[in-house]
Amino acid sequence: MTLQRLNQIENVDFMDLKNFKPNLLEAEAIYIIREVVAQFEKPVLLFSGGKDSITLLHLAMKAFYPARIPFPLLHVDTGHNFPETITFRDQLVQQYDLELIVAHVQDNIDAGIVKEETGRYSSRNQLQTQTLLDAIEAHGFDACMGGARRDEEKARAKERIFSVRNDFGEWDEKNQRPELFDLLNGMIDMGQNVRCFPISNWTELDVWNYIRDEKIEIPSIYYAHQRSVFERDGLIWSDSPHVYRDDDEQVTTQWVRFRTVGDMSCTAAVASKATTIDTVINEISGSSISERGARIDDKRSEAAMETRKQQGYF
Amino acid sequence: MGVLKIATAGSVDDGKSTLIGRLLYDTKSLPIDKLQAIKDSSERKGYDYLDLSLATDGLVAEREQGITIDVAHIYFSTPDRSYIIADAPGHIEYTRNMITGASTSQISIILIDARKGVVEQTFRHFYINHLLQTSDLIVAVNKMDLVDYKESAFAKAEQAFQQLLAKHQLPHRKVYFIPVSALKGDNVVHTSITMPWYHGPSILQVLSQVETAAPLVQSFLQVQNVIRPKTQKYHDYRGFAGRIKGDQLKVGDPVTVLPSLKKSVVEAIHFNGENFEAAPAGSSVSISLQDDLNVDRGDILIKTEASDSLLTKNITATLCWMDTQPLVDKKKMWLQYGTQRIMCRVEQLISKKSTDFQSDVTDIKQLHLNDIGQIKIKTSKPVPSISFNQSRDLGRFILIDPVSKNTSAVGFVEDHT
Repeated sequence: MTLQRLNQIENVDFMDLKNFKPNLLEAEAIYIIREVVAQFEKPVLLFSGGKDSITLLHLAMKAFYPARIPFPLLHVDTGHNFPETITFRDQLVQQYDLELIVAHVQDNIDAGIVKEETGRYSSRNQLQTQTLLDAIEAHGFDACMGGARRDEEKARAKERIFSVRNDFGEWDEKNQRPELFDLLNGMIDMGQNVRCFPISNWTELDVWNYIRDEKIEIPSIYYAHQRSVFERDGLIWSDSPHVYRDDDEQVTTQWVRFRTVGDMSCTAAVASKATTIDTVINEISGSSISERGARIDDKRSEAAMETRKQQGYF
Repeated sequence: MGVLKIATAGSVDDGKSTLIGRLLYDTKSLPIDKLQAIKDSSERKGYDYLDLSLATDGLVAEREQGITIDVAHIYFSTPDRSYIIADAPGHIEYTRNMITGASTSQISIILIDARKGVVEQTFRHFYINHLLQTSDLIVAVNKMDLVDYKESAFAKAEQAFQQLLAKHQLPHRKVYFIPVSALKGDNVVHTSITMPWYHGPSILQVLSQVETAAPLVQSFLQVQNVIRPKTQKYHDYRGFAGRIKGDQLKVGDPVTVLPSLKKSVVEAIHFNGENFEAAPAGSSVSISLQDDLNVDRGDILIKTEASDSLLTKNITATLCWMDTQPLVDKKKMWLQYGTQRIMCRVEQLISKKSTDFQSDVTDIKQLHLNDIGQIKIKTSKPVPSISFNQSRDLGRFILIDPVSKNTSAVGFVEDHT
């Protein structure tokens, strides 16, 4: 059999060859994604529609080019997403002909498995965990890739690249497997699964610079726009049917953008007029507040993230 | 300059987390909201100073016990350079996590408490860095404020450490001795005025200038996946995906496939729809060969004129045992080198290091958690006969317990004698 030559298929000019200049963060992430595909039978990419999982998807497409990405995307839909994120997700799926699985938190609420929070700070953030674990079990996923980064939060700073979860989805943070050099051990027992984090070593700024360099499309809410908002506890909240608001909390229209995108009920906006990627990067470089400073879900307690991770959160 | 990866080591309470907190604080890397959280927490606990260790101890159990259990990765940058610090635990129980942190770092900071001097954990942490062949070490003699900033305490610690260095030599190793007070900020970022007898650089000054050129060795690519699109357009395309190690790989380079010893030539280097003439070490690419060879995941495409002596089924290695289940003779385990995993059997436990790492204990029956020993292994299939001295990438492996699936040990292949 004669093998096909990529340059013949794509009419690449062989006379104009250049030396490859690797971006080492990209190369490391691609190495990890390729290991996930090689070591597991049924991997999945956890896709939130946020910039980190979009970056991860972009890396996965590069890792296996010209083949299609050999795993589906899983989106845990809380029903409280920004509409812009959902529109963006659906366009992306169509554009690249991706396989998307959507698991709905609403289904568990309707079935009485989880109970909706009430009150001023209610959100569906905590309820996602059960939906995620159910989807992992129902589809038999043995590896879940996520766009979590170690620089985001102090419990995430402790995470391995391959992080083993037991059959309840729990993270045994005090007893993690050693992880030496780039030797990734994905061996597990039936029922266990592994959370894999290819962009662990990227910082927020690395992600933004990569989005700029690669011209990656992201949802419009990452750029400054006019939105109906109200202020509470020094944070800017979106006015939405999904977000509890007291009568005395005044809604105004302001120029804002989102630095991190979770649910409408747990993500605060920042005041900004940065409408382009360059101005966004300038703002982040000069910011003295951390990225997750606008995550209401992290502010519940000092250990908010660790507690959720132990239970199987992303 | 590129990103510098740093590991910390030292005994419990030597102040590693405080040192990192100080590095972050004095380089103004702590965002306002994180700093406020540290202030609040310090006040709640009734401290009259900022507990900078709270910047890194991310787990509830760590904050409760005031110790570090697992590696935290911390990111910060100065106008000169970006840094990733692996803040590793000091307690002997968590040595496996310390090795995890040190294995991906280019420089290690070993802390010594100026009041206590060189202790057992200093021996251990130095020896692990010696095994990993960490080429740059900073020995930070900390808590100088508690010994009235006296030169004698510093000199005593340095002298004891020098004896260790003399015993375990490594070519090209650079060692910097720095007296510091992480709590007060002396010689961490800013050079200290409280120790006029010290004329050297601060820790950050050393870090900002460390060069990290890896030694150039034989180029190779170990296959991760064979890319076969099987679509109409690409029905017969086949690419070997992997990361290039050693030096660069070029179109036209002769390569030998290990372990089959078949030979071919690099025909093309692809990445994301583009063709390249050459790609340097570190690149994740996909390559195709001139000949239609059977190449699987785990096979190594190495740029060399091969011979049979490249392969062996018998290796001697130094092992760091990291499992609570001890290693016994004749135990069968998975051996993973790079992307290849094969079965092996432990043939002989030769010796282990004494607790002060000064001598070898022979005639042993087991290797226990945190023991460092020398063993002989027989592999089920031929593996590259390349020592850690010859290649940092090919001369190392992990052992995986076939029952628990746990990573039980890291090993370093020794030179043949």
